[in-house]
Amino acid sequence: MSRPKEQWASRLGVILAVAGSAVGLGNFLRFPGNAAANGGGAFMIPYFCALVFLGIPICWAEWTMGKYGGMFGFNSCPAIFGVLGRRPIWRYLGVFGLLIPVIIYMYYVLIESWCMGYALSFAFGWIDLGDDPNQYAAKSVEYFNGFVGANQDGLMLDGRLHISVVVWLVVFAVNFYFIFRGLSGGIEKFCTCAMPVMAVCALIVLFRVLTLGTPNPDQPKLNVLNGLGFMWNPKPVNGEGTWLSALAQPKVWMAAAGQIFFSLSVGFGVIINYASYLRRRDDVVLSGLTASATNEFFEVCLGGLITIPAAFVFLGVAGAEATGTFSLGFHTLPIVFEYMQGGRFFGFVWFLMLFLAAITSSLSMLQPAIAFLEEALGIGRKASVALLGFVTGLGSLFVVFFSKDLKSLVFLDDTVGTITIVILAAIQVILFSWVFGVDRGIAFAHEGAQIRLPFFFKFIIKYVSPLYLLTMLGMWFWKDSYRYFDQIRNDQVIALSFGLVIIVVVFLLILIHIGGRRWNAEAAGASSLLESRTPEVHR
Amino acid sequence: MTNSGWIFMVCSVGSVVALISWCFLKVLSMPSATEHMHSPIDIDTKDLNT
Repeated sequence: MSRPKEQWASRLGVILAVAGSAVGLGNFLRFPGNAAANGGGAFMIPYFCALVFLGIPICWAEWTMGKYGGMFGFNSCPAIFGVLGRRPIWRYLGVFGLLIPVIIYMYYVLIESWCMGYALSFAFGWIDLGDDPNQYAAKSVEYFNGFVGANQDGLMLDGRLHISVVVWLVVFAVNFYFIFRGLSGGIEKFCTCAMPVMAVCALIVLFRVLTLGTPNPDQPKLNVLNGLGFMWNPKPVNGEGTWLSALAQPKVWMAAAGQIFFSLSVGFGVIINYASYLRRRDDVVLSGLTASATNEFFEVCLGGLITIPAAFVFLGVAGAEATGTFSLGFHTLPIVFEYMQGGRFFGFVWFLMLFLAAITSSLSMLQPAIAFLEEALGIGRKASVALLGFVTGLGSLFVVFFSKDLKSLVFLDDTVGTITIVILAAIQVILFSWVFGVDRGIAFAHEGAQIRLPFFFKFIIKYVSPLYLLTMLGMWFWKDSYRYFDQIRNDQVIALSFGLVIIVVVFLLILIHIGGRRWNAEAAGASSLLESRTPEVHR
Repeated sequence: MTNSGWIFMVCSVGSVVALISWCFLKVLSMPSATEHMHSPIDIDTKDLNT
């Protein structure tokens, strides 16, 4: 290839970048609510089963496919799928590996700007819930709706420059600044600094939460131990029977697998892209495991000990039962910090940490598309950053504009941030196990590996993972597809949002078609070179 | 917080801390394949310029 190949500067850098991509708001806000609602401590049994038998094996498959594609000089999902599948159809199926990060970025950067906005709100005292504790909940929801423009569409059309729009523009620009700096000069350097800062911020808040004791002596039951108990005590899902009955419920196992799946960023098209910048003799097995372990540390050790116990101590069961990212993160927790001594400082630290968690993820969403534009159109980084900035800027503006009830944002998350991720993961697993060949994949994964893949990897990735993913897809079509298409028919904003997704898909498919000839020529040249050097991989 | 709650919390947090510690210990103690590679300037070819 004529372009100079970008590479990671260090192994720690790529591990922290992949971990940064995986660690997001879901680790701190989705996981605790999910666990508390699905058996408390008992939830951790299916959770760890899903981690060991589903999440980590699929991660290893993605790391391996990415490194393999990188050997041919490719970094984008469609090109790598084309090399692995050796049929044009796989190249076109790779469109999901671009669609997902690009569309998610369009709304995720907005949520990221809310985190920054809330951090500033706590730092400068903009957020004021009043003096009456009975009004805290209403005031918190009112502040959030006002900040994100959930009361009306067209936030920026009311004749004044809205603060949330300013923060959104700044955060958007910061993302593209780091992307423009390149893989090792921008993403890797930023993640290497941001991940330790995130951990320190989380540990500060964790220390504060664990030392809360019993803040209100009039309500002695609302103490930190009972808060931890609300999160970790094993319990039945519906309050009937013993906690073992939770393990007998399929929905608990599906919820645990779903949590692992989305938490590890499996099926985002990001790990494949990041791994493609590795060198042939670089390790993927230990690196993949370390990135997954880092994500678990933030989720179980920090997210699991902070959010629910803090909400319980100040708001009781009603507050701790608030599930859902927005409700828990932006309605409940500001109230918690209002009650907490030193709440302004800890609120600032908490939302700064959420912002860092979000930006390390959003950066990873831009890189796959940058790599794709460079490969498909043969353009440089400056042009590809400008083009992607224009496309994602328009899309993000669409989400900002249609802010009433966050309809557009929620629909895009429901579509691209949920079901298409399962589709891409299923495509990847089938491609790795059944088309590329699981034995060939394992042999390639072991090149340069510092630990061996476990003995059950082959069986899991060939049979269990595809079956699980296809079951998830089947359940979605059976239970949710009617509701999904019904809302598109009945709501204009949702129909427009669906149109946005279709436009992006068509745009990307055209670019894949344009890039096809270039990739065919490059793959043929690189393949003959690689095969002449390494017969064992192509046997 | 019940005894079983303590057991689940300590086992979950402990196993994740043990896993991440083992992983980072391994990553930081073992040089990667590319770190074995030497740039041309590092390689002493034993040539003499005289």
